Amino acid sequence: MTTNDNTTVKITTNLLSPTIDLKRRYRAERWFKRLGLSAIVLALSFVAFLFFTIISDGYSAFTQSYIELDVHFAEDEFTNENLAKANFPALVKESMRAMFPKVKSRREKKQLYSLISPAAAYRLQEIIEADPKIIGTTLKFWVLADDDVDMFMKGKIDRNQNEDNRRIRDNQLTWIDKLIDDGRLERRFNWTFLTSGDSREPELAGILGAAKGSFLTLLITLSLSFPIGVASAVYLEEFAPENRWTDLIEININNLAAVPSIIFGLLGLAIFINFWGLPRSTPVVGGLVLTLMTLPTIIIAGRASLKSVPPSIREAALGVGASKMQTVTHHVLPLALPGMLTGTIIGMAQALGETAPLLMIGMVAFIVDVPAGITDPSTVLPVQIYLWADSPERAFTEKTAAAIMILLTFLVTMNSLAVFLRKKFEIKW
Amino acid sequence: MKVKSILVAGALSLSMTAPAMAARDYISIVGSSTVYPFATVVAEQFGKTTGSKTPKIESTGSGGGFKLFCGGVGVSYPDITNASRAIKSSEMKTCADNGVKDIVEVKIGYDGIVLANSKKVAPLSLTRKDIFLALAAEVPDPAHPGKLVANPYKTWKEVNSSLPNTKIEVLGPPPTSGTRDAFVELAMEGGCKTFDFIKSMKKSDKKSYKKVCHTVREDGAYVEAGENDNLIVKKLQANPSSMGIFGFSFLDQNADVVQGSVIEGKAPTFEAIAEGAYPVSRPLFFYVKKDHVDVIPGMKGYLAEFSSDKAWGEEGYLADKGMIPMPEAERKLFSQNIASLKTMDLK
Repeated sequence: MTTNDNTTVKITTNLLSPTIDLKRRYRAERWFKRLGLSAIVLALSFVAFLFFTIISDGYSAFTQSYIELDVHFAEDEFTNENLAKANFPALVKESMRAMFPKVKSRREKKQLYSLISPAAAYRLQEIIEADPKIIGTTLKFWVLADDDVDMFMKGKIDRNQNEDNRRIRDNQLTWIDKLIDDGRLERRFNWTFLTSGDSREPELAGILGAAKGSFLTLLITLSLSFPIGVASAVYLEEFAPENRWTDLIEININNLAAVPSIIFGLLGLAIFINFWGLPRSTPVVGGLVLTLMTLPTIIIAGRASLKSVPPSIREAALGVGASKMQTVTHHVLPLALPGMLTGTIIGMAQALGETAPLLMIGMVAFIVDVPAGITDPSTVLPVQIYLWADSPERAFTEKTAAAIMILLTFLVTMNSLAVFLRKKFEIKW
Repeated sequence: MKVKSILVAGALSLSMTAPAMAARDYISIVGSSTVYPFATVVAEQFGKTTGSKTPKIESTGSGGGFKLFCGGVGVSYPDITNASRAIKSSEMKTCADNGVKDIVEVKIGYDGIVLANSKKVAPLSLTRKDIFLALAAEVPDPAHPGKLVANPYKTWKEVNSSLPNTKIEVLGPPPTSGTRDAFVELAMEGGCKTFDFIKSMKKSDKKSYKKVCHTVREDGAYVEAGENDNLIVKKLQANPSSMGIFGFSFLDQNADVVQGSVIEGKAPTFEAIAEGAYPVSRPLFFYVKKDHVDVIPGMKGYLAEFSSDKAWGEEGYLADKGMIPMPEAERKLFSQNIASLKTMDLK
C-alpha cells in the first residue's frame, strides 16, 4: 500500500491539472453531497406536505357560523321556580318560527329547527340563570349554527349536488340564503374551540379539556421523572461501583428505552389501578405511566451529559479538598444540567404525543367536563385527535386537523426550547 | 438498609392511602364503539341539562367492556357497559363469580351494517349468498357441489354473473370489532345457510359449521382497515372499485360520497332497518349494575334521559345521530324495565 500511496502523491502534485483518479474522487464526493441534500429535500417536502394538508384542513375550524335570533323570554314560560326546568329548546324554536312564519308543515319545521345547534338552548339557559331580570323582554342573540350549516358556510357542502346527496335540503338552502342576506348568519372567531371540553356536537367541541389533561399529566410526569432520572444518572455515573450489578442495570435501562409504550400501559393498569387502586382515566395514573416511559430517556441523556464533563473538573475539585458530594453538586451537576434538561424536554415531548399506554388505563374516553385536578377523569391531546378522527360527523374532520395543529404547536415550542437551552448553556471544552 | 426501609414504607403508605381517595361522583361507562357515538350524546345532554357531572365513556369494544364491567362491584369498576351484542353466558358467569349478580339489560335500538361503495360507480345488488361466496375462506366447490375448497373467486362476476366484473376488495373492521362479529353472523352465516349440506352440518358438527360460516378469507380480498370507519369512507372515495363495511350512521353522514349496496332487494335506509326488512341489522344494548344505581350520583337521571322519548324515540336526537329506534311496544317494555330495575336471570 505504501508504494501505491507514494506514486499517487507524485502524480497529483500539480493540482491545476488533476489526474483521472482525483477527478473520480471529486465526482464521488459531489454525488455523495447531492445524495445527502436530496434526502433532506425529500424529508422536508414530506413535512411541508403534512403541514399543508393539516393546515388547509384545519384552519377553518378556528371560525364558526353563528345565527342571530330575536328571543322573546315570555313570562309564562318561567312559572316554575327552578329556572333550569323551563323549556329552552322551545324558546329557540319559537324565535326561528317567528323569523320564517311561512313554514307550516311538521317536516319543514323540523328542518328549520335543525339549522340551529342544540347548544343554543344551553346558552339561553346560562343567560337566564345569570340574569333572571330579562324575563319578559325580547333580546337579540348570536347563537351557534348547526354543524351542517357551518360546513355549508365553509364551502364543504356543494349546493350543486343532487338534493338527496347532501345533508342540507333545498328549502334549508333558501332559508340560509335569506339569513345571509339579512346579515343574521355569519362566521366568527371560534372561542368555543379554545375554551371548552369535548362534545358530540362538532360546533360545541373544544380542545381545552384535552389540553388541560395533557398539562396535568405532564406535570406529574415531569415532577416525578426529572428528579428520579437525574438522581439515578448521578448515582450510576458518579457513585456506583463498576461491577456486574451496575452492568445489569445499565443493560436494563437501555432495554426499557426501546420497549413498546403499550407495555408500560399494561404495567400501569396492573400496578397503579388494580393494585394501588388509583382511579381510572385520571392524570395521576397517566402521569405515573408516562413517568415509567420517559425515565430511561432521561437517565440515558443525563448520563451522557455527565460523561461529557471532563474529569479534570472533578479532579480539581477533589484536589482542593471538596468532598465527593460537593464535587458533584457544586461543579459536575451544574455543568451537566443543560444536557439533562434537553433530554428531559425531549422525553416530555415524546410523552405529550403518546396514546398507546393511555389506552390501557382508560384515558381514551369521552369526557366533557374540563378536569380541575389530577384525580378528575380526563383525556389528552393525541387521544382527543384520535377520538375526533373516528367520529362520523363531517365537521369533526376540521376539528381533528385543528387539534393536530395545536398539538404540533406545543411540540415545536418544546423542541425549540430544548434547542435554545442547549445553544445558550452549552459549554465547549 | 435504610434506603430499603424508606422505599418499603413509601410503597406501603401509598397502597394504603390510595383507595380512600377513590370515591366517585360521576358515572363510569365502558363498552362498544358502535354504541359510543349514541351513549356520548345522551351523556352530554344529561350533563348539560341537569348540571350534574357528565358521565365518562370509554370506547373499549363490547368484549372489553364486559371484561371491565364484570370485574366486580365497587367504585373502581364501571357502572354501565354498552354492547353491540347480547351478553354471552360465559360473560354472565364471570360477572356472577365476581359478585356482579344483579344486571339490568336494556335494548336501546338497532344498527344496520352496510356494504357500501363510492357514488362514482353503480350500487351493487347483493344477496347474503353472494356475500358469503365473496368473503368466506372456504366455499362450496363449483365443480363438485357438496365439497369445500379455498375461495377461488377473484371478481364479483365470478360470484354471480349479474354482478359487475370488478375485483373483490372489501375493507372492513378487524376481528376485535363488534361490527365484524355482527356482519359475520348476519350476512355471512345467512348466506352460508343457503347451502343445504352446510346447513345440515349445524346439527352434526356445530364446530366445523361455525368455522365454515364465520371464517373470513385472508388472501387479500378482505382488507382489515382498523376500527376507523372514516378511514374506510375515505378509501372508498379514492378507490371506487372497492367495497367497505361499516355502521349505518357513517353511511347517513356521508351519503354524498358513498352508497349502501342493496341486500336481498332492500336498500339500507332508515325505514327499512327500522321495519326489520333490511337483513343485516342488529340490536344495541347497555347493561347496568343494579348495586350501583343508588350509590353513584346521577345514575337514575342518566337512565331516565336515555329512555326518554326525546332521546330514543322515533323523532329523538339519537335517531338524528343515525341510531334506528325500536318499535313503540319495545321501547315501553325497556323503559319499564329501567324504571323497575328488572334484573336478568342468571343462566
